Amino acid sequence: MMKDNNVIQVENLSKLFGDFAAVNQISFQVKAGEIFGFLGANGAGKTTAMKMLIGISSPTSGKATVAGFDVYKETESIKKNIGYMSQKFALYDDLTVKENITFFGGIYGLSKKQIEHKRRELVEELGLQEVTNSLVASLPLGWKQKLAFSVSLLHEPKIVFLDEPTGGVDPITRRQFWEMIYKAAHNGTTIFVTTHYMDEAEYCDRVSIMVDGKIEALDTPKKLKEHYKTDTMNDVFLKLARG
Amino acid sequence: MKIILYIIKKEFKQIFRNKGMLPIIFILPLLQLVILSNAATYEIKNIQFGYVDADNSSTSRELIEQFEASTYFNVSEKFPSEKEASQAMQEGTIDAYLNIPTHFERDLQKDKTKGIGVFIDAIDGSAAGVINVYITQIIQNYNKNIVADLIQISDTVQKPNSIESIPLFWYNQTLNYKTFMVPGILVLLVTMITLFLSGMNIVREKEIGTLEQINVTPIRKSHFIIGKLFPFWIIGMGLLTIGLILAKVIFNTPMLGNLGLLYAYTSVYILVILGMGLFISNFTDTQQQAMFIAWFFIVIFILMSGLFTPIESMPKWAQILTEFNPIKYFVEIIRMVMLKGSGFVDIFPLAIKTLAYAIVMNGLAVWSYKKTT
Amino acid sequence: MKRFVGFVRKEFYHIFRDKRSLFILFGMPIAQILLFGFAITNEINNVDIAILDQANDVASKEVINKIAASKHFSIVDIIQQESSIESIFKKGKVKAVLQFENNFGNNLIKEKQANVQVLTDATDPNMASTISNYISSILKKYQQELNENISIDYQIIPQSRMVYNAELKSVYMFVPGVMTVILMLVSAMMTSISITREKEQGTMEILLVSPLKPFQVIIGKVFPYIFLSVINAVVIVLLSIFVFNVPVNGSLFLLGIESVLFIITSLALGILISTISATQQTAMMISLMGLMLPTILLSGFIFPISSMPLPLQVISNIIPAKWFIIIVKGIMLKGIGIGFVLKETLILLLMTLLFIGVSVKKYKIRLE
Repeated sequence: MMKDNNVIQVENLSKLFGDFAAVNQISFQVKAGEIFGFLGANGAGKTTAMKMLIGISSPTSGKATVAGFDVYKETESIKKNIGYMSQKFALYDDLTVKENITFFGGIYGLSKKQIEHKRRELVEELGLQEVTNSLVASLPLGWKQKLAFSVSLLHEPKIVFLDEPTGGVDPITRRQFWEMIYKAAHNGTTIFVTTHYMDEAEYCDRVSIMVDGKIEALDTPKKLKEHYKTDTMNDVFLKLARG
Repeated sequence: MKIILYIIKKEFKQIFRNKGMLPIIFILPLLQLVILSNAATYEIKNIQFGYVDADNSSTSRELIEQFEASTYFNVSEKFPSEKEASQAMQEGTIDAYLNIPTHFERDLQKDKTKGIGVFIDAIDGSAAGVINVYITQIIQNYNKNIVADLIQISDTVQKPNSIESIPLFWYNQTLNYKTFMVPGILVLLVTMITLFLSGMNIVREKEIGTLEQINVTPIRKSHFIIGKLFPFWIIGMGLLTIGLILAKVIFNTPMLGNLGLLYAYTSVYILVILGMGLFISNFTDTQQQAMFIAWFFIVIFILMSGLFTPIESMPKWAQILTEFNPIKYFVEIIRMVMLKGSGFVDIFPLAIKTLAYAIVMNGLAVWSYKKTT
Repeated sequence: MKRFVGFVRKEFYHIFRDKRSLFILFGMPIAQILLFGFAITNEINNVDIAILDQANDVASKEVINKIAASKHFSIVDIIQQESSIESIFKKGKVKAVLQFENNFGNNLIKEKQANVQVLTDATDPNMASTISNYISSILKKYQQELNENISIDYQIIPQSRMVYNAELKSVYMFVPGVMTVILMLVSAMMTSISITREKEQGTMEILLVSPLKPFQVIIGKVFPYIFLSVINAVVIVLLSIFVFNVPVNGSLFLLGIESVLFIITSLALGILISTISATQQTAMMISLMGLMLPTILLSGFIFPISSMPLPLQVISNIIPAKWFIIIVKGIMLKGIGIGFVLKETLILLLMTLLFIGVSVKKYKIRLE
């Protein structure tokens, strides 16, 4: 099924809202196990593109497969193989940490035993022992984000999509967050992450930069910097964004 | 199946954790049932009654005494002239007044017949009609008395023909309004709670962003919907149960029919409402929009259900519209089963329509629920 | 002040940008008033009845014809035995059965006295007693026709005049009521939801730390809704005048002022609800579950308050809608001036101040 071990395969994918092309004929591949950075300014079309890949928005035209499944017809199969963390915190504020984990584990069809096991592992890893029975609403934002990321990994998906996962958190938490991302990647999970923090782009294996619905550049951070003759990804981005 | 259980558990936890909502869901409706059932009555009592007596004769005074003796009227005031009486009506202090003209007694004896002015505040047309009937009855009875008092019935007078109508009030001999209203108001409350809660539920998750998280899971939409709606189905059935107990204990409402039948019907009925709620949820972006739409339909359903005003008197087109009103069916059936002891065969035509409604509504709801945009 | 104006303008944009809500806010009241104005009536017409004619003679036929000719009844079934009565009642097919005794005509001729039994399904008591009244008056009329040649004795004839509503139109009763219910619920719901929404989304805190004073924030949020509700009120009044021919006998200006007052009362109630609820959901449920039925049932909209048990008459005093309905009926139908509705106006004014006062206090407590 899977071509050259590409877990995401996108060809000329577009999404139109009326006349406006939010995503304009983008093409790229993501290899298994890599950390793929999906960069762009606000409104460049990152989130729209991502929503097509995770099966909650139908593309207008083009082709794409995720984990070998078609984004038009096999969205439900895609969903079995991916995890997703949205930019808006999307766990239940009025449930406790434990209840959130149980609930999401449950709807992914994990067994009671698996859920129990995962929960212990996760709580320990995140150091949430003290607050397992507290409402999520009472946690600081950084903890919430880390919890949301862990929940998206509960069912051990092949690919996990992270939409601006570190928005609004302090630098230390961001650092810890990226450690978690590395760990997940190390375990073989493919990471697809959008961000507008350019320093984070340096942590990715490869990055694509989207401007006005199009992918303007795609390569490793190192090569991009060489190509645009700059020292930081930030400058690369500025050059591209200014056209 | 297991997945559905996880959702149900989560919904119940969220409902019971919201301390602000619990009294609104469970206490407010029952309180309203107990209080408001007393309010809904068309029985006309305590009519504020005034009069102008320009004649001031024994006949006119006797006539007024008839009104004073009646339990329907509170004879409040004698007005010096019609102007004052009319003003009192304008202020709303009296509902009706009698205007007895000068030479009333003299003319009556001379001409054997004499008109008398009756003025009724008719803004509430139906109440005015009833008041008019009461007044006419009192005057007619009094007419018979004058006949008996003042004249000897001469043998030459032929005995008049008389047709007596004998009213028999079935199922509710004492014409107790509460018997009529309690089941109906219970229906309203069950409907309102289930519609509002289900209508708000999914759109709420849309608004706070958790729906997206659910939509990226491989959950089947039918599982998700069943899991979401089942808790409200339980709440609806629970409310019905407590409401029926209150009806029995506080109002002693008769329950002639089979309660099992009532429950079986209700279980289908609530599905109609939940389907409707979900449908609304799917077509709105914010809880505010969902609530306005739910409100719009509920007000129409309530006022066109035959609960407070009769459906038969509506124009034809409006009667056809009421066919789409689920509350109408439930109100009719709960009254039939509880008050008349109607059985399955009697309610079958209404029940089958409700079932069809439930299937269509839930079909639409599931169809319109999209995991993809 | 400039800041405040800017804030109000932002709120207006906010509301007018949401085309769907706007459509709902304006479309629904219009749809409702049209629907209810035409459809709802508490008159009793076209009641389905059945006949059980055990006499089957000239006299009974004649009575049946009289009943069939009445607009109040339509005869949908002729039944043969008494035993079928129960089953047709249980099916809900008819509301009443008229049973003529065996020798109806003979009795009338020989004994000058004959009986008709009026069996009514009294699960609806109002329907049942009205039916029996209508039938008995039809019979009385027939009786008078029979007795035409017989001299009548002393008769006082009541000459009834239906004041303010000569044709006993239901619309006169329902239009002011529907208008009140709509204004009350829409206004209270809108404000309570829009304020709790800001609380829920955390934007309220941002507004409260801005240089705007808390009461300016609240007024700013409520102001556009006053505007919307006034438009609604105007549309409703126009519809009632031109579509339903409800007269405005009093001053239109006074009606306008009173409507604005009532709208402000409702909005103030909405603010109060928003101070006691943490989520939009709670606010909505309080304004819908808490206000809808009491406003419909305890305001005199459908059921006369004077006939209610005393405790309920007392409770009805705290329903703002009750006072506004009195005012609207007074101005529109009775044509009275401010002097006659001074009490009601003052009560609404006091309620408004009370709602605002309590809200301000609650907000202060939270801020401390």
